Amino acid sequence: MKFIAWQMLTGDKAKYLGLIFAIAFSTFLMSHQVSIFCGLMNRTASQIDDVADANIWVMDAKTQYLDEVKALTDQDLYRIRGVQGVDWAVPLFKGTSRAKGPDGKFRGVILMGLDDSTLVGIPRRIVLGKIEDLREPETIAVDQVGYKFFFPDQPVTLGRTLDLNDHTVKIVAVVDSNAPFVNLPVFYTKYSQAISFVGRERNQMSFVLAKATQGTSESELNQRIAKTTGLKALTGNEFGWETIWYYIQNTGIPINFGITVVIALVVGTVVAGQTFYLFTIENLKQFGALKAIGVSDLRIVGMILMQALIVGAIGYGIGISMTAAFFEATKNNLDLRGFQLLPQVMTGTAAAVFMIVFLASAVSVRRVIVLEPAVVFRG
Amino acid sequence: MNSHAVVCKQISKSFGSGEDEVKVLRGIDLEVPLGEMTFLVGPSGCGKTTLLSVIAGLLNPSQGDLHVLGTPLHAIKGAKAVEFRRINLGFVFQQFNLLPSLTAAENAAVPLLAANWNRKKAVEKAKTLLDDLGLGSRANAYPNQLSGGQQQRVAFARALIHDPKLIVCDEPTSALDEHTGHHVMELLRKIAVRPERAVLVVTHDNRIFNFADRIAHMNDGHVTHIETNGGSH
Repeated sequence: MKFIAWQMLTGDKAKYLGLIFAIAFSTFLMSHQVSIFCGLMNRTASQIDDVADANIWVMDAKTQYLDEVKALTDQDLYRIRGVQGVDWAVPLFKGTSRAKGPDGKFRGVILMGLDDSTLVGIPRRIVLGKIEDLREPETIAVDQVGYKFFFPDQPVTLGRTLDLNDHTVKIVAVVDSNAPFVNLPVFYTKYSQAISFVGRERNQMSFVLAKATQGTSESELNQRIAKTTGLKALTGNEFGWETIWYYIQNTGIPINFGITVVIALVVGTVVAGQTFYLFTIENLKQFGALKAIGVSDLRIVGMILMQALIVGAIGYGIGISMTAAFFEATKNNLDLRGFQLLPQVMTGTAAAVFMIVFLASAVSVRRVIVLEPAVVFRG
Repeated sequence: MNSHAVVCKQISKSFGSGEDEVKVLRGIDLEVPLGEMTFLVGPSGCGKTTLLSVIAGLLNPSQGDLHVLGTPLHAIKGAKAVEFRRINLGFVFQQFNLLPSLTAAENAAVPLLAANWNRKKAVEKAKTLLDDLGLGSRANAYPNQLSGGQQQRVAFARALIHDPKLIVCDEPTSALDEHTGHHVMELLRKIAVRPERAVLVVTHDNRIFNFADRIAHMNDGHVTHIETNGGSH
């Protein structure tokens, strides 16, 4: 009967292709939009992910997310260093400035100030140059997007200069950092230089990065820092998720993406359901004949579910391949870095497609189950 | 051995209930002998198709006893009734009801596929049978590539392939012209009528009455009289 189900399904090419197209379209839209959404949300925490050397972030107790901070004092840094279990703690500056290229083109940049002596906080992936050269005065490391913006179509070389808030700074390294949420170039420099580049305020220290001594639990240490200093201490992972949740709860981004995903789900279900139902209605006499001949309801339900699963699997395969092809084609576009098809998105989309084909076939199954085989004798 | 394929005793069938109840069959007594071709004839709406549906196990009688091939069909339902039909009955429908996406041979093989036969063997057997019916060269054609008469012959093959003991045919010639109708009835009589098998045909086409061994005349839900090739009673 599997053979008959397959032949019935593929016999009407227009409906067969229509079903596959509806499911492929839904799959593509859902997986693509959810991937972009996840990529965008991951971007909100990208500067946290870039810090690989320290896993504890200490900040003002009222801090909600990465991009809105209240500066800490030098005294806070010393108090953190005094907490039992802290191996070391260093300051981190995160702010914004404006840079101007040799052709006068300017752009806002994210400026990260790293501890002068340790340079903790630099991304691990160095494209060109040595991080140690940041110890020289008036030097910066830039990410690839920044380099491409200020020196478009030029080979990546060291020693070029930029104007950073009226300071002429030399590029000594190019790094591969995660894309920030606003897709601005990210510059790295020494903490002391970052302060001088942006102009002095009373307090400038955005965060303190700390590391636990060996054998000390990070969560325990975070509690101890909070209790001792009154500041908030989180692991990088916790702070990353806190930042992501802030954007989810306080922006319209999830609603906008959610609407698109729901539309894809509804359109997929309605179009696939309607086409599948029409397909069943047109074959009702044939199903009636099969029932009369002695094919049980259970086997006919099996045939319909098999047809639904086939179009679901093929449609899902095409749709997910289209999404994968999109991200493969755009993987070298620096502005789109960080967007990818995650396994979790593939699994979630597969579950949604299964739901679509289940709903689409449920109505048809019901129609065939209640069909009286005697209908075949009514001209 | 029972000489009757079908024995109906006081079979009634109603649709709806209360004031909306419509009595279609009103106490039918009928015997369909093995080895014969029996026609059910009568005006439109007399209940012949309903009686055929009841005898074929597609509808349950409201009242009465129905024995088909010795089995009390009025008493079995569900999966058992489906299995009984699959094994013992062959169907020929007025509109052929062939699956448009299957070839003639594949259509003819459907009852064997329903009985879980290997597809290759089932189709091979179907091709042999189509050859016997003069359709060997069209075994791989799809229904829309066949004439009405050819489609009906494929339907005959589908009805016969699993060697059932009772074949029920609903208006087998109504979609065919006179010449083709005559030809397919000749063929049906030649290939289907066997001593161990009964063929029951519903028709209002009096041009083919001469193919019947026995004709049960119906009117208003009753069998009014039965004609045999030896006379009427």
